[in-house]
Amino acid sequence: MTRKKLSGFDVVLVGFGWTGAIYAEKLTAAGLEVLALERGPWRDTSKDFATTFAQDELRYYWRHGMFQETAQSTLTFRNNGAETALPMRHWGSFLPGNGVGGSGVHWNGQTYRFLPSDFVVRSHNEERYGPLPDGMTVQDYGVTYDELEPHFDYFEKICGICGKAGNLNGQTSPGGNPFEGARSSEYPNPPMQMTFSQDRFEASARDLGLNPFPVPSANMSRAYVNPLGLQLAPCTYCGFCEKYGCGNYSKSSPQTTILPVLMERPNFTLRTESEVLSIEKSPDGSRVTGVTYVDTSGDSFFQPAEMVVMCAYPLENTRLMLLSQIGTPYNPQTGKGVVGKNYCYQVMSGATVFFEDEFTNGFVGAGALGMAVDDYNGDNFDHSGLGFIGGGYIACYTTNARPIESHPVPDGVPEWGSAWKQSIAANFLKTATVGVHGASMAHRSNYLDLDPTYTDRHNRPLLRMTYDFTQNDRRLTNHLTPVAEDIARGMGGREVKVSERTGAYDSVPYQTTHNTGGTIMGTDPQTSVCNRFCQSWDMPNLFVAGAGLFPQNAGYNPTATVGALAYWSVDAIINQYLPDPGPLVQP
Amino acid sequence: MSYSTRRGVLKTLLFGGTALATPSALWAVEYGRGEGMPWAPMRGDPPYYGTTDARFFTPDERAAVAAISARLIPSDDDGPGATEADVVTFLDRQMAGFYGRGQHWYMKGPFAEGTDTQGYQSEYPPAELYRHALAELDAYCRAQDDESFAGLSEGRQDEILTGLDEEKITFDAVSAKVFFDLILKNTIEGYFADPIYGGNRDMVAWRYVGFPGTRYDYRDFVNHGGAPIQLEPVSLMGRPGWSRP
Repeated sequence: MTRKKLSGFDVVLVGFGWTGAIYAEKLTAAGLEVLALERGPWRDTSKDFATTFAQDELRYYWRHGMFQETAQSTLTFRNNGAETALPMRHWGSFLPGNGVGGSGVHWNGQTYRFLPSDFVVRSHNEERYGPLPDGMTVQDYGVTYDELEPHFDYFEKICGICGKAGNLNGQTSPGGNPFEGARSSEYPNPPMQMTFSQDRFEASARDLGLNPFPVPSANMSRAYVNPLGLQLAPCTYCGFCEKYGCGNYSKSSPQTTILPVLMERPNFTLRTESEVLSIEKSPDGSRVTGVTYVDTSGDSFFQPAEMVVMCAYPLENTRLMLLSQIGTPYNPQTGKGVVGKNYCYQVMSGATVFFEDEFTNGFVGAGALGMAVDDYNGDNFDHSGLGFIGGGYIACYTTNARPIESHPVPDGVPEWGSAWKQSIAANFLKTATVGVHGASMAHRSNYLDLDPTYTDRHNRPLLRMTYDFTQNDRRLTNHLTPVAEDIARGMGGREVKVSERTGAYDSVPYQTTHNTGGTIMGTDPQTSVCNRFCQSWDMPNLFVAGAGLFPQNAGYNPTATVGALAYWSVDAIINQYLPDPGPLVQP
Repeated sequence: MSYSTRRGVLKTLLFGGTALATPSALWAVEYGRGEGMPWAPMRGDPPYYGTTDARFFTPDERAAVAAISARLIPSDDDGPGATEADVVTFLDRQMAGFYGRGQHWYMKGPFAEGTDTQGYQSEYPPAELYRHALAELDAYCRAQDDESFAGLSEGRQDEILTGLDEEKITFDAVSAKVFFDLILKNTIEGYFADPIYGGNRDMVAWRYVGFPGTRYDYRDFVNHGGAPIQLEPVSLMGRPGWSRP
């Protein structure tokens, strides 16, 4: 394997999804020469997911058409340190993306802001409830909601998010989420049009004294032009969002909201099919000098850069840091070290309503078409005596009725044979789901490191995930799932089936692609990888993007917070770092 | 601010005049540099995996797979089963392609049994797993009943499949339960996938459950208010009525 040295760039971005596009757009606008290196191929609407073939359930979901292939790279998994981790030979519980746009191509578009208290989980909860239990390694982000607000606002305008404000500049705004942090402006677009299931959910939630609001959606409720001049089309409610590209330019993605402008800029370069193998350091270890990557020829290249931003998926960012020996790896025995620390996920549960006469017609759907309540999220309710912190939203979405994936049957129906088949035919168009989207609080024993046995196609160690649900998770889900059941029972169906979250975390059934932590941000280099500007504590010219920064995961989908953190960080690079390159926070 | 002005400042600031060679032979595809969104004719990526008439199963294997899928999704008075949907053709094509070969899967060893939460750990990709399992199933049926699986009564077939599902019947070379779970999953895929892949023939499964297929615009139906929506299904290759006289 040869290693050729290439001419340098001001900035190299590792990975080119949502955060790569955000950093690239802002840094090229500031005049820098930017190169993005993407492991996967170029992808765009007309070529890769046109309306004539985008709705292919087998190809895109079940055969993983746009996801990372585990043959390229996967991770190993075990529930606890006493087990031997084994490779995820094909994906199950989550689906990392691949190619230009990353997971931003095939997300649902549920675009919630985290609550103000989600950014100060340790200090807020300790102040209100006293010391947190041993082993719960939750931390403050080091950045507050108020500091991020302008960046949430901008990301929503780039995306054209559809919703209804509940708190406009501190004033309660009817119809929105009364628990949200203060917003500086109304959503750029009105909420999506709701269907039968949301109407029933809303009525039932109101009867219970809860506060339903329309889910903030990146599926367009009307035509929209964003601040970069790019146009989005009204959503057609086709029911193929998550796991699929939108053929209709109706879902915010890097391709629809940023790339057409970025690709016109002479100081932006994108190389696809270029997989970064390691981040390179100067001999004294004080800064990064660039990256080494391999292309499809098998040749490897040294790409010099004055600054590197890690924009890959959180799991890959953590692995690259460990492989590159940047930062101290986390040690679960001592609790010392930081890289790989605080891996978190999401605690999902729910209740399905089966209707007798009414049709829910789930195929008329969209990824973020839903109504939600936040009464049991974050610290919106009193946790005294409950034995857990955090919460989750409870929502009724109508995302799809894709038939390989969606065949809910009532309790007691066998899993195959005539009775199963007939039950599917009877219930296929007559169900609605009330889901709990539970937070995941960090625990000392849940972490990421390098696997001692299994390697990828370049013979580099795979990432190893050691993860199980914690006592906090179990108490949280036990408290919230009955609320979802109560709402479901008020929706007028024939029967309700409850899907509790019990037992060990299972890597097999799909739950959600919300993997967080591993490269967490914080206030202290002893306990975090990055400072509050998402800058590596160890290497001032290395920045990290994505949900790997989250010290723990909130009861929401991560994308809005990922976007806001990227805009916050790139703003600090342009206005503070470039005039005076060095650490933006003194340890 | 123009790009060049700012760029000039930063070049001095950051690079300090470092001069380096330009890449001579990049195999990666390079985009950008002011050239806009790339587009070229004949570069579309329409579906093709599993759409051709490839075969993997031997005639005996095919008969056994057809019989198994027909019990997993039976034909009855209520509606079509795997037989009417031609699921066996779907499975044959899938096993002959990248999926059957496990081409996109991580198949490096060492192989170990693992826990229930660790997922598929067989050393065999799907097609080979089918082949080994079908051979052992055939041996089991011949030893117990002196007959191939396909030749047994439906009741006896159900008994044996239940035995695989509940791990009362086990195989040597592969896990009978892993095989059962996989063929059940693949049968459901074939029953409900778009007809371009060989199963769900004439969209019988979609018609049966009321799925309108690969339509792309339901805006007129968002306000359905709980009423049924009557729409003939459409496939990625259109609808039979479109191409018949």
